[in-house]
Amino acid sequence: MTAEVADTSRRDRVTGTGFTRGLGVVTLLGIAWLVSFGLFVTPADINQGESVRIMYAHVPGAWLAYLAFVVTAFSSAMYLFRRTRSLAWDRVAGASAEIGVLFMGISLVTGMLWGRLTWGTFWTWDARLTTTAFLFITYVGYLAVRNLGGTHHQRARRSGVLALLAVLEIPLVHFSVRLWNSLHQEASVAGNTDVTMDGLMLFTLFLGVIVFTLMYVWMLLHRQRALTLQDMMDDVGLDVALEARRAEAVAR
Amino acid sequence: MSASSTWRSARLVAGKDLRVEWRSRVVSNQVLPFAVLVMIMFAFALDSDAVLERVAPGLIWLATIFSVLFIVARSYAVETADGALDALRSAGVEPMGIYLGKVAALAVQLAVLEALLVVAAIVLYRADPSPSGIVLLVTTALVATVGLASVGTLYGGLAAGVKGRETLLPLLVLPVVAPVLIGATRATESAFRTNGIEVSEGWPWLGLLAVFAVMFSVVGAVAYGSLIDE
Amino acid sequence: MKDLGFILASYLVTFGSIGLFTFAVVRRARRIGRQVPPESRPWT
Repeated sequence: MTAEVADTSRRDRVTGTGFTRGLGVVTLLGIAWLVSFGLFVTPADINQGESVRIMYAHVPGAWLAYLAFVVTAFSSAMYLFRRTRSLAWDRVAGASAEIGVLFMGISLVTGMLWGRLTWGTFWTWDARLTTTAFLFITYVGYLAVRNLGGTHHQRARRSGVLALLAVLEIPLVHFSVRLWNSLHQEASVAGNTDVTMDGLMLFTLFLGVIVFTLMYVWMLLHRQRALTLQDMMDDVGLDVALEARRAEAVAR
Repeated sequence: MSASSTWRSARLVAGKDLRVEWRSRVVSNQVLPFAVLVMIMFAFALDSDAVLERVAPGLIWLATIFSVLFIVARSYAVETADGALDALRSAGVEPMGIYLGKVAALAVQLAVLEALLVVAAIVLYRADPSPSGIVLLVTTALVATVGLASVGTLYGGLAAGVKGRETLLPLLVLPVVAPVLIGATRATESAFRTNGIEVSEGWPWLGLLAVFAVMFSVVGAVAYGSLIDE
Repeated sequence: MKDLGFILASYLVTFGSIGLFTFAVVRRARRIGRQVPPESRPWT
């Protein structure tokens, strides 16, 4: 983000536009606002103490990951079920999944740190945590499938089906882990962590969600445009190769 | 394409897959010994009769799921090596028939494997199912096998014919089959009466397994075409 | 502040990895973008 805002020459604005630049500046200001409120301005929580400050980074991160995966599923459906078979939808799906994996990873780590402070353990086999870990791995696999090669439409079809299968898989995993977990209740420590949020804390949490969402839009636009350039390059590369082959055939 | 032609091609594909296996003996001579070996290695790692007895159900299903990965990879290696899958497609065999046939062939092979693993658990881990436990065990194995075969065939088709599919398949399949591992293990624990769990407590887990099997076999049959049609 | 290490670590992980990802995205885009003339980019 800093790199993008820092460059001022028109020539270097590859995937940026006036809009994304403005959005980037607003997002950076928002991050500064969020960090200062999260670390210094808000009070400590009655139950959780200072560790509640991790929440201002954790909750928006988790929210964003889920948003990104919903966008991926939606875009994949748009690719698969519309007659136009527009690769733009596929690229949005891929860009969104990358961002989703990033934020899911972040929120897993911050969640573990928070859990260590609040529950005394990094991990519990709670349904929500376990499902989140599965979601993370599922989309790592999704990104691997996107990089398998083949034509762009092959990539789009494979990954599109996979994204829709993930929508099917995740509720099932969540449900089964909850059933499994109900057997050994004593393992769960996720019970008494009530957050008594005062106004300022709640505001900071919402601020985090808004700032992270703006960040998501910025990242999605840039990443999606970079993927468009990449696809264009692939096509051009293919055309060049075909031309060369044809010239070869004519010459012979 | 009529429904009867779908079933007919499914039967033919299943027969072909099983014949290929019968002649090459890769599953019987390599995957089955591997699965039994895994059971023996678990015994070395866990090193206690009491622990082994307790975790036997989970180990059976873990060994099964690992073997699914090998059998699926093997099945698609045969299909894509000389373009057999493309040939089937261009011969006008509809994808749903291919899918159902491959699921059936995989399920048959898995059923043999599971039977062997249960015997191994009885011999090596002192598992001791009662008659009513055996009924539960057989039902569980049947339903779980349909689920595993559906998922394996679907994701195998996704990764078929691409480089590096051997390493990609586990990454895609293992998270998806987690509900089968959970459901089948719990049901098998009841069948073995591990920790004094009653046999009757195992039946509700079959619901989970059945939902999984129905969901993935239906979705797989519908979605398979767009995966292999390239 | 109590638990300062954990809190700082979580903020660092969050914004550090966001920064790295952003940097990677922009750099990759620049490298590809050099080969595509600006007039053929749909968004300009």
